[in-house]
Amino acid sequence: MTPINQRRWRNFKANRRGFWSLWIFLVLFATSLAAPVLSNDNPLLIRYDGEFYFPLTNFYAETEFGGEFETQADYRDEFVIELIEEKGWMLWPPVRYSYDTINLDLPVPAPAPPSADNWLGTDDHGRDVVARLIYGFRISVLFGLIVAIVSSVIGIVAGATQGYFGGVTDLIFQRVIEVWTSVPQLYVLITIAAILEPGFFILLGIVLLFSWVRLVGLVRAEFLRGRNFEYVTAARALGVGDRTIMFKHLLPNAMVATLTFLPFILNGSIAALTSLDFLGLGLPPGSASLGELLSQGKRNIAAPWLGLSGFFTIAIMLSLLIFIGEAVRDALDPRKTFQ
Amino acid sequence: MNKHDTLLLRTEGLSTWFPIRRGLLRKTVGHVRAADGVNIKIRRGETLALVGESGCGKTTVGKTILRLVEATSGRAFYDDVDLMALEPGAFHDYRRRLQIIMQDPASSLDPRMTVRDSIGEGLRAFGMVSDDEDLTRQVAELMQLVSLDSDTMHRYPHEFSGGQRQRICIARALAPEPELIVCDEAVSALDVSIQAQILNLLERLQAERNLTYLFITHDLGVVRYFADRVAVMYLGRIVEDGPAERIFSEPRHPYTRALLASAPSIDPEHRGVEPAALGDVPSPARPPSGCHYHPRCPVRLGRCDRDVPPEVNFADGMSRCFLSEEQES
Repeated sequence: MTPINQRRWRNFKANRRGFWSLWIFLVLFATSLAAPVLSNDNPLLIRYDGEFYFPLTNFYAETEFGGEFETQADYRDEFVIELIEEKGWMLWPPVRYSYDTINLDLPVPAPAPPSADNWLGTDDHGRDVVARLIYGFRISVLFGLIVAIVSSVIGIVAGATQGYFGGVTDLIFQRVIEVWTSVPQLYVLITIAAILEPGFFILLGIVLLFSWVRLVGLVRAEFLRGRNFEYVTAARALGVGDRTIMFKHLLPNAMVATLTFLPFILNGSIAALTSLDFLGLGLPPGSASLGELLSQGKRNIAAPWLGLSGFFTIAIMLSLLIFIGEAVRDALDPRKTFQ
Repeated sequence: MNKHDTLLLRTEGLSTWFPIRRGLLRKTVGHVRAADGVNIKIRRGETLALVGESGCGKTTVGKTILRLVEATSGRAFYDDVDLMALEPGAFHDYRRRLQIIMQDPASSLDPRMTVRDSIGEGLRAFGMVSDDEDLTRQVAELMQLVSLDSDTMHRYPHEFSGGQRQRICIARALAPEPELIVCDEAVSALDVSIQAQILNLLERLQAERNLTYLFITHDLGVVRYFADRVAVMYLGRIVEDGPAERIFSEPRHPYTRALLASAPSIDPEHRGVEPAALGDVPSPARPPSGCHYHPRCPVRLGRCDRDVPPEVNFADGMSRCFLSEEQES
C-alpha cells in the first residue's frame, strides 16, 4: 500500500462506527451468499442404505428411496422422511425452507405467527419469512452492487469524456443528460413493465438507464479541473496519448469522488429495487424480495411480524451502508489525508 | 563555422487569441490577444530569452510552439517544416524534439507517480524503451545526468526538495532526446542559490547535448547571465530583439529601456537613470491602438496612438518603434 492509502485506511479505521459496520455488513453479505446452504427445503446430505446422496445438486426420484413416484423426492413429506430415516439419516440446513417453499402444515391460516418451526412466522402464502429475508437480502445487495459498479463505470467514462474534451462535446452531453434526467423514471418503468415482464436483468437495465447519470457531474468536474493541471500539460508535451493521460493522471483524482459516492449509490439502488417491488413493478411474483414483504406487511396489518421483519432488515442494511459510506468519505477526505 | 549559424526555429506572425465568451449563447465578444503576430528566430545551440512583464504572452508563445495551445494564425518553421500546419499524428514525431520545463516543479509532477514513472513517461510514449529493465536503466542514466541519486527513483515527488524536483523535470524533458527545450520560467520558483545550480546544469547540458533553449523569464538578472539573444515582448508583440549584450548595453525600444531601468541594479550609476514605464499594463483584451506601448511611453510621438510601428531591422536586431525608424535612416 502506498503511504497515502495507508493513511486513508487509518482514517477509515478511526471511524469506529463505519469500521464495524463494514465488518457486520461483510459477514451478513457473506452469509447471505451461502443462502442455499443456510435455508433450503432439501436436506444438505442424505445417508441412505450405506450411500451418500446430495439433494442440493442432484436429482433423486422418490423411487430411489423406496417410494412410489418417479418424480423428485419431496424431502419434506412425512412419508419420504420415514422412508429415508428407516435406513439412514438426513442433514438439514438451519432453516428448512427455501424462499418459495410453502409450508402446507400450518396449524393456523397463513400468515402464521412466529413459531419454533417458522422463526419469524410465514407470509400470506405460507412461505417462511426467515428464508425470504435471507434470499431477499442477497438479491438486494447483489442488485445494488451490480448497479453501483456498472453505473460507476458508465458514469466515469461519460464524465471523463465530457470533462477532458470539454467544449462542444461537453455542451452536447450536458444538454442530453439534462433532458434524460428530467424523464420521470417511474412512468417509464410502469410502461416497460406493461410491455415486458420485468425479470432481474430487465430491472437491472431499467435502473441502470437512470442511475448512470449520478456520477457524471462529479467525474466531469474532476476532469475539467484536472485537465489543466501542470502535470497533465507536461504529459501532453511528452507525447502521452489522451487515453493514457485520462487513465494515469486524471482517473485517480476522480476515483476519490467515485469511491465516496459508491456506498450511497449502492444504497440508492437497493432502495429503488425495494420500492419497485413494493409497488409490484419489480421482480416477478414469487421471487424473494424485501419490497414484496413490506407490501404484504401493509396488506396484513394483523400480522405485524411481516412488516416489522421487512422494515428492520432494510433499515439495518441501509444504515450499515450509510455508516460505511461516511467512513469512506472520512478516509478519502483530502483535508484529513494531507494534514 | 559559427555554432549559431543554422536556424532551428522561426515563427512568422504567430498569433494565439483566446476568445472571450459572454452570455447564454457563449457568443464571442472579443479576444485576448495573448500572442499577436510574433516573429522570433532561434538558431541551433543558442539560448533565446523571451522577456516581458507578467501577462504579456511569453508563456503562450512557448506553449503555442509546442502546440499545447493551438495557434490562431501564423506559422512556426522548425527545420523548414511548418509545425502549425501538421496533422496531430505527424506532429507527434516533432513532440519528441521539442520539450518544455515548467515553472513550478511541484505541480508539474504527478504526486501519484514515482519519479521513475514520471521520467519514463516520455520514453514510453515515444516507444523508446524495450522492457521494464531497460526503462530502469535509462531513467537511472537520466537521473545521473542531472546529478540525482538514481536509487531514489522509486520515491514520490513530495519526498524531494524544490531544486531536486526541478532536476526531475529536467530529466523528464531530456528523456526523449529533444533538440529544443522551452524553459518556461524554469528557475523563477526556486531559491536564488538553487537557481544558480539549475542554470549551471542547463548550461552544462546545452554544451554536452547541443541543446537549444527558448528561455522564457521575467528575471533580467538570469537573462544577462544565461542568454545569447533576447526578445522583449509587450502585450503579445515582440518589441525588440537582438544579442543579449547589445540589448543590455544600448536598448533601442523605450519599453526595453524601462524594463532594464526597473530591474534592481547593484551599480549606483545605473540607478534611476531612465524614466520608468508610466502606469499599469493595459489589458490584452483591449490593447491600446497604434503602438501598444504608447500610453506608458515617456517619449511617444503624435502618431504613436494611430499607427502600428513597423519592425525596423538593424544589423544587430530589430526594434518596433518610430524612433528607431528615424535612427535607421
